[in-house]
Amino acid sequence: MTNHWTDVANSDYIMVIAGNPAENHPAAYGHITDAIERGAKLIVVDPRFTRSASKAHLYCPIRSGTDVAFIGGLIKYVIDDMEANPGNYNMTYVTEYTNAAFLVHPDYKGPPDLDGLFAGYDEANRTYGKSKWTYLDAGSTEGNIIPVLYPLAEGGKGVAKKDKTLKDPNCVFQILKRQYARYTPEMVNKISGAPVEKFLEVAQTFAKSGAVGKAGNILYAMGATHHTNGAQIIRSYGILQLLLGNVGVSGGGIQAMRGESNVQGSTDQALLSHIIPGYLNVPVHTDATLQKYIDRVTPKTGDPLSLNWWKNTPKYITSLLKAWYGGAATASNDFAFHYMPKPKSGKNHTHIALFEAMEKGDEDKKEKVKGLMCWGQNPAVGSPNANQTLRALETLDWLVCVDMWETETSVFWKRPGVDPTTIDTEVFQLPALGSYEKEGTVSNSGRWVQWRYKCADGPGDARADLEMLNDLMLKVKKLYDDDAAAPNRDGILSLTWDYAAEGEHVDPRKVLKEVNGYYVTGEKAGQLVNGFANLADNGSTSCGNWVYCGCYVDEASLDAFENANKAAMFPPDNMGNRTARRWTADVGNAGFGSKPEDGYKPIGLYNYYAWCWPANRRIVYNRASVDLNGQPWDTEHPVITWFGDAAGAWKGDVSDGGGKAMVHGGHAPFIMRSEGVGCLFAPNLGTREASLADGPLPEHYEPWESPLDANPLSATKNDPVIKIWRPEEQSTPDEYPIVASTYRVVEHWQAGQMTRNSSWLVEQMPEMFIEMSEELAAEKEIKNGDKVVVWNTRGEITAVALVTKRFKPFQMNGTTVHQIGMPWHWGYSGLSTGDSANVLTPSVGDPNTTIPEYKAFLCNIRRA
Amino acid sequence: MAKAIMYDATKCTACRGCQAACKQWNELEAEETKNTGSYENPADLSYRTWLKMRFTEVENGNGLAWLFTRRACMHCTDAGCVQVCPTKAVNKTDSGIVYIDREKCTGCGYCVEACPFDVPRLDGSRVTGKAKMFKCILCKDRVDNGHEPACVKTCPPGALDFGEREDMVAKSEARVAELGDDALLYGDKELDGLHVLYVVNHPLKDHKLPVNPEVSPAVTLWQDILKPVGYGVVGIVAGGLLLNYMVARARMVKAKEGK
Amino acid sequence: MEISRRDFFKLSGAATAGGFLIYQTLDAQKAAAEASLDLHKPIGEGYTICPYDGSGCGFLVAAEDGRVVNIEGDPDHPVNRGAACAKGASMRQLSADNERRLNKPRYRRAGGADWEDLEWDEALDMIAERIKSTRDANWIENEGESISRRTEAIGCLGGAALDNEECYLLSKMMRGLGLVYLEHQARI
Repeated sequence: MTNHWTDVANSDYIMVIAGNPAENHPAAYGHITDAIERGAKLIVVDPRFTRSASKAHLYCPIRSGTDVAFIGGLIKYVIDDMEANPGNYNMTYVTEYTNAAFLVHPDYKGPPDLDGLFAGYDEANRTYGKSKWTYLDAGSTEGNIIPVLYPLAEGGKGVAKKDKTLKDPNCVFQILKRQYARYTPEMVNKISGAPVEKFLEVAQTFAKSGAVGKAGNILYAMGATHHTNGAQIIRSYGILQLLLGNVGVSGGGIQAMRGESNVQGSTDQALLSHIIPGYLNVPVHTDATLQKYIDRVTPKTGDPLSLNWWKNTPKYITSLLKAWYGGAATASNDFAFHYMPKPKSGKNHTHIALFEAMEKGDEDKKEKVKGLMCWGQNPAVGSPNANQTLRALETLDWLVCVDMWETETSVFWKRPGVDPTTIDTEVFQLPALGSYEKEGTVSNSGRWVQWRYKCADGPGDARADLEMLNDLMLKVKKLYDDDAAAPNRDGILSLTWDYAAEGEHVDPRKVLKEVNGYYVTGEKAGQLVNGFANLADNGSTSCGNWVYCGCYVDEASLDAFENANKAAMFPPDNMGNRTARRWTADVGNAGFGSKPEDGYKPIGLYNYYAWCWPANRRIVYNRASVDLNGQPWDTEHPVITWFGDAAGAWKGDVSDGGGKAMVHGGHAPFIMRSEGVGCLFAPNLGTREASLADGPLPEHYEPWESPLDANPLSATKNDPVIKIWRPEEQSTPDEYPIVASTYRVVEHWQAGQMTRNSSWLVEQMPEMFIEMSEELAAEKEIKNGDKVVVWNTRGEITAVALVTKRFKPFQMNGTTVHQIGMPWHWGYSGLSTGDSANVLTPSVGDPNTTIPEYKAFLCNIRRA
Repeated sequence: MAKAIMYDATKCTACRGCQAACKQWNELEAEETKNTGSYENPADLSYRTWLKMRFTEVENGNGLAWLFTRRACMHCTDAGCVQVCPTKAVNKTDSGIVYIDREKCTGCGYCVEACPFDVPRLDGSRVTGKAKMFKCILCKDRVDNGHEPACVKTCPPGALDFGEREDMVAKSEARVAELGDDALLYGDKELDGLHVLYVVNHPLKDHKLPVNPEVSPAVTLWQDILKPVGYGVVGIVAGGLLLNYMVARARMVKAKEGK
Repeated sequence: MEISRRDFFKLSGAATAGGFLIYQTLDAQKAAAEASLDLHKPIGEGYTICPYDGSGCGFLVAAEDGRVVNIEGDPDHPVNRGAACAKGASMRQLSADNERRLNKPRYRRAGGADWEDLEWDEALDMIAERIKSTRDANWIENEGESISRRTEAIGCLGGAALDNEECYLLSKMMRGLGLVYLEHQARI
């Protein structure tokens, strides 16, 4: 989330698309109710009429997988209206805070020019060369075109040429205009099935948030990411919100509504194959030295207005290595960088790839995955193509499942219809403690890191994952200690691991302090580092995750407001642990008071409730919430305000990057970008800023399994670079004409192991079901409550039919398309059992993230 | 003095936190249920389900609406169950709570028949006389100790509120005025005033709320004429049991919902 | 409203039945009902954050002798302000009182038809041995000319249901061992 839950109450226009907060984030949904009470308009865009839609002022249906077309239509509407009525928009924001004025490489070509493709497509390898997807360097001269692409060519300044009149045909604004000129309301209807008048109503309503002082908010969830073009869907939200001046302001932004209590934190700690803690790029085999890695991933800029925060990458990677390898990490040995694993550059190690490698060996060397550990995850239900997942599990030598419950994964060897004696996998099932049976922190969608306490005992011998991990690593270390010939033995033995003796309780504070970071040399040695601005690249600091730096400090480092209230603010056993703060008064940073002249007007930032990364900043990009003089666009909801040159000049939230207001020489607002502004066009500038795999601008392509014969927009039907593992399993509309989508219900959670073992929830939602329209049910002679079979190339499932007015066939310029929907919570283990929706979902992934396509695939349906 | 719950259906998202919180606070066991083609479950109130949400899809000229309706004891002022209870186990407090003292309940089930909202439920057979009556008691222990009822406390979108009845009436009226159009307040006058007030913006029939609910004249008859006679009658045990059986049979053939 | 024959019969029966019940005055009964009740269990003082979605709602937990008796929303938490959805309000059923909770490490041998109980020490020793043998036998020291130092034979999943401290140690441990198939729920 750019903002956070309580801030949603400050929105004037809220568009919920690809999410269903009333269903899946119900308690936080209360802040949407508050916004509506203030007069905000709620728009819900979804293939079906959801619980959220039931409360919306405006509901617009779209066929699953057509979000880019729908948002593209909104972008076109806004651009056209902006040219006709610039007074209705914040044009200063557009020209100064986005790259609208930046000139693009003159050889850049896009879908309007290339029938759906972008410049540089390599058909044989299904990939793009992106050298033209960048800016035109200000050092370019006629006859000498220099792209802003590192390493810079001679004469390059590392700054783009700009035209602030936005008239140059090669400026981003004009390119954007050309890109979306094709996305007319009629085209939007033809692709998405959204009725033209409903689409226009949405456009007219949400475009009003473009006025100075008004805030429009986009709330999304997995309905966006679970697509083969998920990253581009979210990019399209970004473009729309930047054009409307909605990013950085209170009540604005883009909110990724997270579905698990700590999926934000687990991402921050980099339990993903492509990053290491703090969103640093994963080192790859070509990074022979630390310096090579740093050179590859650290963005550069020649723009004096840009703070380019990622220039600090060397400090963060060095401090991380110091946290992991301690005394064994020195300047002379590259801070032990050589101990870190380095996957082959470009090779995919994401979820689907893991299960494919498990069953068949990987695409590169046919290496097989032989051992798997699952820590509170249940892939037998949650993976796409669940039958493939189960086949893959059967090939494992060993499997470890750590959970509070038996899961479909832990008992896959005795699932219905399987003879256990034919499966040779050894399985360990370790009993874990639950959330209120241990201490530690979780990070919510709004990046609030919150300490929770042990309130009760767990059952029997159940233990905290933290303690299992500690003991397991100590045992592994012992084994390596005894085996001098083992590969990379020193790496394992050097890994710092002094949390507790084997079998002993591990205090999570000790781990959180390591994550926060210490001074390791000098007079402050042994003290906690108070904020990532203090981290160093010379080995004098350690920090396990730079974005968490400042969450836990020594008492002496408390700020004045904390110090004045420390007895009430910090429990005795958590002194300095800012995640344990529960200061319910809504005060700004540094405890600024309750009136604008005191520096803060309460807008729900709660700066002293828990702690928020980065740097306790509650709204990121907040420098875009003020004008060039540092004064808030929206005086009703000021996020930060510039109070002149004195120290502590910014009041309100923790300002992004400090410094002065822009007119006084301060920096541009988007400090995490090397160009300092928000990207309407996503340029390729280098490894960290490499644009997207499938284009610098979002373009509509049909889902891999589409009910249509062709893309109404171009000759390029599918995203040309999506990752397809099993092309032979594509379900086609001749046999499988019905679009299907999976989702969640409020009564259950994810793969179901928690809620399908809770009888009060099972009572409310007892069985797997399939939702469909009355029209489709009539066509297939299905009655409400019947048992139905849904099937496609990957398998079939049986469930209860739920015939509803909330699904309607899509009418797309004469074509009728039916869509059905189903929750994916069920499996064969637990108090309530049922078929898994993921039997039907395909092994295809977004080209940027390889997140699977759970939301748009084809199937057929019949009465059982 | 009198308290009331205000339920604003226009804010309710049917997250059913109230259903779960009711079970949690009141230690009610889960029912075994089936999906019969609806999100709604359990199918009906029971001795261990004191509150449930009703889901209704309505389509008219204004488009589609998915209506959610709270279904639980209305805590009527003119409460048929209180009037009819032969042992005075069901009673009404000054705060408006219709309370059931189960130690005094004999499970006769007359309250079940007398309720215009079809709310009270028995946990056993009235033939054997081992049954007790169960229904929402507005979390009397919480209210007595200054807490909101569990359902109100848990409601995420603020669709439920609790307080002095006159404040809740005023708030409901203000909400109705704000909503305009078809919005109305239900429960202010019904049965001399319910202690659960509903703000809705669809017709009552769409919410399956009875228009002009009234306590059956039979109950009045019982209260005014037959009960005094009944107290005078001594010990016709067999006759009583037979009649219990007949009541139970009549009850069984009644449709479960919406009667 | 008409009184049907059935209604009349029913109620006259009720009246008769009522006859053998002890009469109590209305006033006496009312006084009993008005008696203030004690809370039948505490509301809760322990503080936790909901384990379900990413809203990060605060909850209060009451436990007696280590056993959970009540969980409800924390009214002072800025996100949920005391509220809880169906899942949050049911959180107590995740406690040790739920007989479906796992309480013992278990092992299923290759081809085995059922679980066998293990002690912790035994279980973790066995897992450590398997990690080492699989890792060492499938070690990729170099990728072409470059040092690579990884194993692709072990995968690790999960984290979204763990605490940050656990996620961090998991990330550190698995990368320390050379794993590259390190994924969790954020991908799916």
